Amino acid sequence: MSGSGIRFDRVSVAYDGNTVLHALDLTVEPGEVMALLGPSGSGKTTALRAVAGFVRPASGRVFIGGTDVTGLPPHRRGIGMVVQQYALFPHLRVKDNVAFGLRAQKAAKAEIPGRVAEALEMTGMGAYAERYPRELSGGQQQRVAIARALAIRPGVLLLDEPLSALDAQLRSGMLAELARLHRELPDVSILYVTHDQVEALTLADRIAVMDRARLQDCGTPQELYRTPRTEFTASFVGNANLLPVTAGAGAALLGGAELKVDTGGVAPGATATLCVRPHLVGLGDGPNALTGRVSEVQWRGATHRLYVDVAGERIKADVRELRTPPGIGDQVTVHFAPEDAVLLTAAVSEGAAASRRAGVAADG
Amino acid sequence: MASATLAAAPARLPRAVPRWVWALPPVAVLGLVFLYPLALVVQQSVRPDTGGTSLKPYADVFASEAFREALVTTVWLALGSTVGCLVLGFALALVIAFVPFPGARAVSRFIDVFLSFPSFLITLALLFVYGAKGMANGIWTDATGAAEGPFQFLTTPWGVLLAEITYFTPFVLRPLLAAFSQLDTAQLEVASSLGAKPARIVRRVILPEALPALAAGGSLVLVMCLNEFGIVLFTGAKGVTTLPTLVYGKAILESDYPAACVVAVVNIAISVGLYGLYRVVSRRAGA
Repeated sequence: MSGSGIRFDRVSVAYDGNTVLHALDLTVEPGEVMALLGPSGSGKTTALRAVAGFVRPASGRVFIGGTDVTGLPPHRRGIGMVVQQYALFPHLRVKDNVAFGLRAQKAAKAEIPGRVAEALEMTGMGAYAERYPRELSGGQQQRVAIARALAIRPGVLLLDEPLSALDAQLRSGMLAELARLHRELPDVSILYVTHDQVEALTLADRIAVMDRARLQDCGTPQELYRTPRTEFTASFVGNANLLPVTAGAGAALLGGAELKVDTGGVAPGATATLCVRPHLVGLGDGPNALTGRVSEVQWRGATHRLYVDVAGERIKADVRELRTPPGIGDQVTVHFAPEDAVLLTAAVSEGAAASRRAGVAADG
Repeated sequence: MASATLAAAPARLPRAVPRWVWALPPVAVLGLVFLYPLALVVQQSVRPDTGGTSLKPYADVFASEAFREALVTTVWLALGSTVGCLVLGFALALVIAFVPFPGARAVSRFIDVFLSFPSFLITLALLFVYGAKGMANGIWTDATGAAEGPFQFLTTPWGVLLAEITYFTPFVLRPLLAAFSQLDTAQLEVASSLGAKPARIVRRVILPEALPALAAGGSLVLVMCLNEFGIVLFTGAKGVTTLPTLVYGKAILESDYPAACVVAVVNIAISVGLYGLYRVVSRRAGA
């Protein structure tokens, strides 16, 4: 069972003629953590359910470990699954919850207690084996749910927004926990559905960005964060200033200002979008300086978020906490380094960019 | 100022009218229409026609073959119907709740309507289908030219059993469907992803969570079957005698009121006893 990846081969899903997932091409390598990131209704959960076998694709195939499982019922796929609301069996003790999959798969009776204890130890729930789910907190219930999924030693682990029901503090603890589990189980492929970019950036080897039933972009967190391909990716993976500009020769024109950026292959005169991360925008004079008026100041503890109106556009700047922050209406200058900006052209074919990075169209 | 007086008003109310006064109307109604007749029945049951007060009617009734037969018939019919309703109800509820088919909602609406039907309506329907002159026998006699059809079970205890199961199954279905609608479908999905086939999911996930609903529906049906009168009278009047029809027979046909009251008391005792047992068991199970 170990070392099995997941492959979507042009998978489409439709409910009542409504396409909720459109021709998804995506490969999750063995042992890789792939985050499916997108807003609600983007098709990310549908993609996960297609792997689990709860929805049948209208077209396309789903492979697990090289085997076509499109027609297999869920119980024959050998998948571990963890859902948002834990879905523990309320009438079973923790140890029986964890043993459920082993019993269902007819594991040898003598072997079950050992493997249950092992799975509970792995999630730090060894001391709670005799409890009922209702006697546990949300975080503990989610740990049990993860232990239950891991007990069957699946090659593929599906996590459907597993941290959404937890409060912020528990969530960051569980995030570290999941990262540790992944290090301990290097052969397990994980498909992690989330709408939280922090979870995706922290945990994933690669992120697949979904929107409106389509794969928009796919790449490592660093790639997507530093050089996003589309406005959607730029704004959904991290925070972004997206400024409408006109491309020039080695520069972009914002209003009257000329900004030095790498224009790549963008033809001069074409309209494009300039993406700059707010924390890469500095206050004061420097390269690519822009002057405008402060319209809003937010103190966020470690940083100040300034909103500066420049040439009709609002630029966000996250700067280290200022001793004397500017007042609203003050004139300030902000700047950014040319290499910190990415020029996005509306003409980039989103589908082509996405599938090229997804690594499936490479051989086609 | 106005709001202060308003707020003070409810606080003064209990002092003006003691709270126990509110208990009087329901107790009076209950006593008049229920407890007093019940006491009369019990009183009548220890007043033999020969005069005086004795337990002779009880001795006479308990000694009679007719009573013992009716008692056995009543209990096994009630138990059989209850088991039948539970099995059929569980199976139907599973299909209605978990197998998506067009019209599932209409079916579950119909069950609500079905609950309001009088019990003899079902019996009449069964008479039309399986009665001596019913459809099934009619088709058979037309086809074979035989004088009588093969379906002659309706006047036997089996006919009563069939009618009771048909009529009372919705009483099990209703609480079961309510329980199933509370069940988190994610549990079923996780169970199947862990390798459980549908049969195991039903046994290990759905059934344990349906037990309280099964107990509630089952005990309701059991008590209703014990006291069922209309169905027994319509189907098996000739061959099948249960405690309620025995009460009717003694009181109306034989004018033997003490004996009728004895049977009624026994019937009440069984009902109340079973209900008490159910409460005890359900409290244990629901811990």
